[in-house]
Amino acid sequence: MAGERAGIDVGTVRYVAGLCRLELTGDEEELFAAQLSDILNYIDKLNELDTSEVEPLAQAIEIPNVFRDDAPRGSLEVSEALANAPEKTGGFYKVPAVLEG
Amino acid sequence: MPVEDYDIVIGLESHARLLTETKMFCGCLTRFGAEPNSQTCPVCIGMPGVLPVTNRKAVMLGLRAALAFRCEIPARMRFDRKNYYYPDIPKNYQVSQNYSPVGAGGFVEIEADGVRKRIGLDNIHLEEDAGRLMHPEGSGADYSTVDLNRAGTPLLEIVTRPDMSSLTEVEAYMETLRRTLEALEISDCRMEEGSLRFEASISLKPLGSTTLGKRVEIKNLNSTRAVLNCLEYEIRRQAAALDAGEPLTQETRLYNETTGRSERMRSKEEAHDYRYFPEPDLGPIVVLDEWLDRIRSEMPELPNLRKWRFQEAYSLPAYDAGVLTQKRSIADYFEETIAAAEAMGAEAADLAKQVSNWLMGPILREVNERRVDIAGLNIPPAHLAELVGLIQKGTISKNIAQDLVPIMIETGDPPETIASRRGMIQISDAYAVEKLVSDVLEAHGKQVAEYKDGKKAVLGFLMGQVMRQAKGKANPQVVREILTRTLQS
Repeated sequence: MAGERAGIDVGTVRYVAGLCRLELTGDEEELFAAQLSDILNYIDKLNELDTSEVEPLAQAIEIPNVFRDDAPRGSLEVSEALANAPEKTGGFYKVPAVLEG
Repeated sequence: MPVEDYDIVIGLESHARLLTETKMFCGCLTRFGAEPNSQTCPVCIGMPGVLPVTNRKAVMLGLRAALAFRCEIPARMRFDRKNYYYPDIPKNYQVSQNYSPVGAGGFVEIEADGVRKRIGLDNIHLEEDAGRLMHPEGSGADYSTVDLNRAGTPLLEIVTRPDMSSLTEVEAYMETLRRTLEALEISDCRMEEGSLRFEASISLKPLGSTTLGKRVEIKNLNSTRAVLNCLEYEIRRQAAALDAGEPLTQETRLYNETTGRSERMRSKEEAHDYRYFPEPDLGPIVVLDEWLDRIRSEMPELPNLRKWRFQEAYSLPAYDAGVLTQKRSIADYFEETIAAAEAMGAEAADLAKQVSNWLMGPILREVNERRVDIAGLNIPPAHLAELVGLIQKGTISKNIAQDLVPIMIETGDPPETIASRRGMIQISDAYAVEKLVSDVLEAHGKQVAEYKDGKKAVLGFLMGQVMRQAKGKANPQVVREILTRTLQS
């Protein structure tokens, strides 16, 4: 049953975890593979309906052309903006080293 | 094989920061150089539960570009989420347009080596910029810093087809793009501030071969110079590899401006899978005809089209037309001067070239030295038209006209007023010149005799004497004419 149709295997879980920068243990990979497969199988039920004539919908109620004027609204104080940062330095967020190239 | 034995295929992606006061989806300012993290709010730093609202001006600027580049504009468009995890993008997705870009197809018409060519566009789309990541200078730092002021800044990405086949074309394309975006006030294109950035893709294949070569993408190109240097390096690198029979791989490389080389990105960074999906927090945009009509009616002539029109309508050399259309204000000034001159009755065949010479020479020199816009120079087009007219009528000499320019700037007065007030009007009147000439000839009987003996070189000396008598104000052409005639009679 689990994973039969949607086929989320451990490899896919590892790939998606990589994209999300998540580190999983082997047990977790197995567990999530089964759970994700269950979820997708459940959603798969929708495929029983013929939707070939239905436009994809991104929102239930679409209100077109909602805009704001290009006018400044004021920003957070630097201290407020950084308040939730686990680490900061001199007005910057501090993150693990990212070396480009 | 030498590099000439390969076909070069180049495409460019350009990111232009749109000329808005505020960000794409929130009211934070987009000013460059502000204190780090001082222009952010819950929307652009990705706090949960916030709702973005689209900046109308950014959308209109995107549509303006789409019209200018003759793109197909969708009746209805949306934004999409491009998902990736990186510290410069706190939401973990960038809002972009993947499925319904503001412009599809279209072209940028360039001129390279005198040949006009349309560089096809794949699409142009709106998106938001990411934040700025910096790695502290010096060794040993095990962290990077993030400034989110730039996050959410409206960008226009312009993606060409692989239509460029030489560095000359690439240079002309970048120049045309920059001039067009500036003239249309879509972007200020300040490369030193990162307002215009590039990514290139390039492949080589043996001349005439129909199989495409392996495409290499290069990121991190922050100036036109970097693009050209980097592509030159890549062409040589790829040609050498193909010559040696080494296989090239489809890959992404980063350009290092310091070493002038491109380096392969680690495959981990290369593995992109953006999982685009429609941004559910933003409603669709239904493009109204009235918007497009208004944008069309406000659209100035594209700089290249104006350049080519200047060449044809005013018979100007390509060089002149290029300089004059570099800035809209200068091109406008040129055309206003011509119109004013014509209104004053000027009908010389080379009027446009005369105006062009004065504009490109003394006027633009003053503009550059004084660091002002041409409109702020205090010489309205009518005054320049009058100056050119005075020279053509022989009322003042070119040298006097040169002297008049700074005075015109200081006083704001028209040239004829200044010239007559300061006694700078040239003596062109035949009677007055004849009087000067006969005085000089009387005083220099020896030289007159020499001239009549066939020593024609004394003419210069006598000319000088007449000019001296006239305190430099005599029209040299008239003097030469009358002097020669009198001596020969």
